[in-house]
Order: sequence, then C-alpha cells, then structure tokens
Amino acid sequence: MSSFWSIWISVITLGSILGCFLLLRWCLKNKTGVKEGDDMHHEFDGIVEINNPLPRWWTIMFYATIIWGFVYLALYPGLGNFKGLLGWESSNQDIRSLAESKAAHEEDLANGSLNEYSRAIAAAEERFGPIFAAYAQRSVEDLATDQEALKVGQRLFLQNCSQCHGSDARGQRGFPNLTDNDWLYGGSPAQIKETILQGRHAAMPAWGDSLGEQGVKEVVAYALSLSGRKVDPVLADAGQAKYAMCAACHGQDGKGNYAFGAPNLTDDIWLYGGTEMAVTETVMHGRNGVMPAWKDILGENKIHLVTAYVYSLSHDK
Amino acid sequence: MKNVHELVEKNTGLMVVMILIVISFGALVEISPLMFQRQTTEPVEGLKPYTALQLEGRDIYIREGCVGCHSQMIRPFRSETERYGHYSVAGETVWEHPFLWGSKRTGPDLARVGGRYSDEWHRVHLMDPRAVVPESNMPAFPWLAENTLDGELTAKKMEVFRDFGVPYTDEDIAGAQAAVKGKTEMEALIAYLQSLGTALK
Repeated sequence: MSSFWSIWISVITLGSILGCFLLLRWCLKNKTGVKEGDDMHHEFDGIVEINNPLPRWWTIMFYATIIWGFVYLALYPGLGNFKGLLGWESSNQDIRSLAESKAAHEEDLANGSLNEYSRAIAAAEERFGPIFAAYAQRSVEDLATDQEALKVGQRLFLQNCSQCHGSDARGQRGFPNLTDNDWLYGGSPAQIKETILQGRHAAMPAWGDSLGEQGVKEVVAYALSLSGRKVDPVLADAGQAKYAMCAACHGQDGKGNYAFGAPNLTDDIWLYGGTEMAVTETVMHGRNGVMPAWKDILGENKIHLVTAYVYSLSHDK
Repeated sequence: MKNVHELVEKNTGLMVVMILIVISFGALVEISPLMFQRQTTEPVEGLKPYTALQLEGRDIYIREGCVGCHSQMIRPFRSETERYGHYSVAGETVWEHPFLWGSKRTGPDLARVGGRYSDEWHRVHLMDPRAVVPESNMPAFPWLAENTLDGELTAKKMEVFRDFGVPYTDEDIAGAQAAVKGKTEMEALIAYLQSLGTALK
C-alpha cells in the first residue's frame, strides 16, 4: 500500500474515533436552556419529555468502546501499513501464484510469523503429516488389510470420489463400479494410483458417420454376442467383418486394453448400459469418459490411502 | 443559544444528509483505497478472460440464480481449503463484473470447481442432481440442454467487459457469435464451471 493511502486510512480512522469522542462530550453538555430534570415542553398523549442527562453507565460504555478501539488498532493491523504490535495476519493475500503462496507460507514458518492460516496449516501438518507419511511407506496391498488405514481411505473416498462413483463405490451409468474387479485402466495398485493421480481420458470415437445405421446395427449385434447374448446371427456375422476397426482398442478377442481404457466386451459389464439401445448410442456417438486428476488436490500421500481403499474393495481378505 | 440538536431532530432532510456524511467516512476508509491497491486491481499470473462460451455460461449462472446457493469464495481457513483448495485471492476476480462471491452456501463453494468433475458428470448432475448425489437438494435444470444460444449479444457483452478493462482482443469479439451460436446453454454453463478457479497455478 502506498504511503498516501496508508496515511489516508489512518487519518480518517483515528479522526472518526476522535469525532465520536467529541460528539459524546458535546452531547453531555446541557445546551437546551432547560434545567436538568425539568419539562422540555413536548407532550404527546400525556407523555412528557424531560431533560435527562445521558445515563452514566451508558456514557462509561461509550468511553470504553473508544479505548477498546485504540487498543485494538494498536495491537492488530488496521491503520494502513502499520502491522500492529502483535504482528498478527490472517493469510497471505498478496500472492500471484501457488508458487508464491508456498514461498510466503514457508517464509512465515521460518520467521515465526503470526500468520493465522500458515500456523493452522503447519499445526495440522505436524499432527497429521507423520500419520500419512507412515502410511505412504507401506505398500497398498499391506494397507488394504489394515482397518485403520482403510477407514481413513474410505473417509477420503466419501468426500472426494463418491460424487461420481457413489458412496458404496458401485458407480453408476457412465461412472465405473470399483467393487467388481473389472478395470478399464488396470487394477494393480500402481495402475489404480496412476489413474487417481493423473486422471484418465477415454476416447471412444463416434462410428455413426463412417459405419452408417446398418453398419452400427451389425457391429452392435457382434459386440453383444461377445458376452454370450442372443443376437441375430446374420447381423453378428456382418458385424464381425467390420470388427477390425474396433479391435484396434478392444483387442481381437474383445477383452479390451488397459492402455486405452478400452473396456472388455466379453464380460457383460457395461459402463454406459448394456441394452441394445445403449450400446447403439455408444457406437453411434462415441463416449469420452473423464476421470479428473487428483494429484494437486489431494496430494500423493492421501491418494496412496485412497488407492488402498479402492484396491481393498475388490480384494477382500 | 438555539438548540442545535433540536434543529437536526426536527428536520428530516438535514438528518438524512448528515447520516450520509457520517456513513461516507466508512466508505472512504474501507472502499476507496481498494481501488488503488495492486492486490485488488492486478490479475493473478494465470488469469485469462472468459471465452465467449464461458461468458455466456456465466450469464446463465446469474440468470438461474446459482449465486443464491453457491458461494465462490474460499476463505483462508484450513477447514475450507482442505475441501475446496487454495483460498481465493482478490487477483482472481479483478475482471468479474459483477463478482459472484455469494454469501450463502446451501450447496458447496464453487470457486475451484473447475476440473474437479468431468463435463459428463456436470451434464448428468444438472439434468438431475439426485442421479449422482442422492442426498442433494439442488433443483434440476433440464431446460439448459434444450435451449440453444444464438450469440446475438455475445460480442456486445465482450465489448462492455473490455470497457471495464478486461483484455479482450478485436479477434475475440469478432469471433464471439460464431463461437457460441448453436451451442446449448448446458454446454455454456459447463464451460464456465470448468474454468472456475483454474487461474491460480
């Protein structure tokens, strides 16, 4: 803040308090020309105004608030650039990026500043940091058998993941079920962790234009037949001839590919619904499922615990 | 001597003027310096003006009254930043006219909702919030998927924002209508939501 505005704020603030003080002094003087306790000659419905002084207890409270105001302004930041005798601060508001925020936070801790937010974060880090760090040292398989760790993981899951995957982690249309051990991007601890850390972007292209309505119908029939559904064999045969395009991602045997997040078509588990209509919609218009990246939001240590929780859902001990 | 206090008490017009003078001292101290502070007038490093589609989405956000239930202001308390991300800073909203900080959280804060959910999640959620969050009491907004934008006023709006100091280029404004025409209100609103809070990197 420039010194002009600092002076501006200080002068008006202190001037206002002084003004309040003078106003009070002025009001305490009897300028009515009527003796204290006498009738002011206002009468309404038999109610008479009498010239009474301000009550003493009220006047004392008024003085007390003025003193309180000066003490507060002396201790806490309020007068422009003056930081107050305590040096208290709410948070670092003068930052332009997360890097600057982090640097300011570390500076606060290094010089023991009374920055309320920095101290709250540091206190939490001191208390909870070692717990998460200890969990981070252990393998996901190990944590998946530790009830305490799973409770923490579940709490994190409910707060951050359940909006899409559901509070029971069984997912719903468009958002994968995490309990069925059927994976789009792989179910090993490392693969699950990678999915949560970096997010995933699936890209099922739209085939409506290139295949045409009849072509889509045939491919859908073949896709449904892969999981043992009863379909028109003529359509399915025609679809099989066109399946080469699909095989690039879903594999020749239709068992999918973790590298592309291409689902296994043979297990009768359908992310976007397994009715003929739903599968037709998928083939016609494509699908672009997105898992957001959580690395910056949760941090690696917490994600390690969420990974353990998700892993435990399909690996019951 | 004439009783000055009586003069003020019995003359409403004079009293109004004097009350305004007294209140203005507060404004002089609390508001006027903010218009000249680096903190409140300079954007954060990563801030970009809303694209034409995001800007239209923002207007839908205003029209549907989202601000009545959702704040866009993460306060510097650990209990908030644990859930929502880094606390909001003034430099993130220097180009907001009007700002949509809100003052009521019936739903969660949205200051950093950008990137938290997929576009598809937002679509499902706006069509029927209970489809993804069973305990939600948010209303559904299915008409957003049906209404399409014509973009007639988009360029005009961007010009007005440029007058406020938002750095839109001539190309931005020239391409505004083409960028939004035919898009649904749903797409616009989701584009806006996905941009929220992503500037502070």
